[in-house]
Amino acid sequence: MFARGTRSRRIAAAVLPPLLFAIFVLGAWQLYTVVGNIKESTLPPPTAVAEALWNDRSLLLENAWVTIKEILLGFAAAIVLGVGLAVLIRSSRTIERAVYPWLVVSQMVPIPAIAPLLIIWFGFEMQPKIIVIMLVSFFPIAVNTIDGLRAAEPELLNLLRTLKANSWQRFRKAQLPAALPFLFSGLKVAAALSVIGAVFAEWVGASEGLGYLILVLNNQTATTEMFAVIVTLASIGIALFLIVTLLERLLLPWYYESRETEGEGLHLEVEEKA
Amino acid sequence: MQAGSKLKIEGLSKTYRGTGGGENVTALKDVGIEIGAGEFVSIVGPSGCGKSTLFNIIAGLIRPSSGKVLLDGRQPDELLGSVGYMPQRDCLMPWRTVLDNTTLGLELNGVRKKQAHKQALAEFERFGLAGFEKHWPAKLSGGMKQRAALLRTFLAGRDVMLLDEPFGALDALTRANMQEWLLDVWQEDRKTILFVTHDVEEAIYLSDRVYVMSGRPGRVSLCVDVKLDRPRKPEITMSPEFLLLKQKLLRPLEEAAATSGGLFVEDRPTLEEQL
Repeated sequence: MFARGTRSRRIAAAVLPPLLFAIFVLGAWQLYTVVGNIKESTLPPPTAVAEALWNDRSLLLENAWVTIKEILLGFAAAIVLGVGLAVLIRSSRTIERAVYPWLVVSQMVPIPAIAPLLIIWFGFEMQPKIIVIMLVSFFPIAVNTIDGLRAAEPELLNLLRTLKANSWQRFRKAQLPAALPFLFSGLKVAAALSVIGAVFAEWVGASEGLGYLILVLNNQTATTEMFAVIVTLASIGIALFLIVTLLERLLLPWYYESRETEGEGLHLEVEEKA
Repeated sequence: MQAGSKLKIEGLSKTYRGTGGGENVTALKDVGIEIGAGEFVSIVGPSGCGKSTLFNIIAGLIRPSSGKVLLDGRQPDELLGSVGYMPQRDCLMPWRTVLDNTTLGLELNGVRKKQAHKQALAEFERFGLAGFEKHWPAKLSGGMKQRAALLRTFLAGRDVMLLDEPFGALDALTRANMQEWLLDVWQEDRKTILFVTHDVEEAIYLSDRVYVMSGRPGRVSLCVDVKLDRPRKPEITMSPEFLLLKQKLLRPLEEAAATSGGLFVEDRPTLEEQL
């Protein structure tokens, strides 16, 4: 009925609370550093961090570009590995039994411990970083996709069989689309993990990138600039997350619209009762 | 019907081997059913009488332990894909629009998308789906979902259609409307329908003949011809002939229920049965 009104209201309801909360936290932080007379090398006020972001923008952008490239390549590799493993595991019971336990065990191996090995094998170039990011972030993609490939109703698969669909058609028309919402849940978790992976990979052995920059700045006790790097890294993570969410909305309109209807129905009920 | 039966089931038995030292379970024993071209035949029975097993066998999804399924008097090379099948749940794909859901069978038959859409759209009015072509299934009411699933089964173009409790999950009023509507649709193109239900009234109202099954093992315990005039109106359910039939069918059903535990429990195959 009031589609436009409710829509802008919904957006406001989603954006305003976190925004106000951020302003409150930043204000409190600023106040604390000024009133408490805290040394800038211990905890810089937000205004100083903002200043550093502006002053060092070319250094930050230059190194951010290196890290973004690593993250995107590592993330892409994680998608290939995660989805590939999921399809492989779901393709046969025997493979599932043989591989799935090792998939879980692989997560018990601390990636930080094997990162130096990767440096020995692949040197200080891009490959070891991409591999670390991939190893850190493929797991949620794989596990979610495995669950997703199980999500198609057995009755639907039987129905397709009675319509003479072969196994490829059953996969293509039922199992794959049913798995997509699960895949995207995995991608969102992986997006956050990939940034952590990139920083870590650079700590172990790098000559450029935001993670490397943090190490250098740490040695100089340049705390304000370190905060500027952290803000930049967080922005990259948030941007990646938003891109995944946007893609999900574009590719799976049915998923969102079907859920919205259910949600609206619920709100109506609540309003009627109130 | 005797000479040219469309679908004939002879001496059909199915035994599931017990797993993990469990006993063998005989789901069906020597079941015989016959349906002429254009007939509407129903099966009623308590839960656990093997109705779903029977349907899965006719649809070609599982193989019988013994017995035959004949289509037009002969055993088809491959039963799977020879008859139309509508499972209990609507099974509409949430990622497809209503229109694209209904053309699934045509699509798998290799019909071009444009042609399939044209064919489906011609039926949307009759199936009460006009105006909802581009909607996601989640936005449809329960009755509309079932009609969309039925249209999908219709358009798949098989001569014989198996409908497994299509109205089981609907409320009483919607259900009554759907029964009347189904009769109208069936009256127009006289497809051969085998219909499973728990509801004796529904079975009599719709059918030319009703088989009563008892379990376990699932057997046909009674077969009654329904000689009520067509086209039928809902008022017919109050006529003496109707009530007499109902009484006749209810007795063996109550006995069957007593031996297999409950008339109104869902009759779904266990996981083991499906595998």
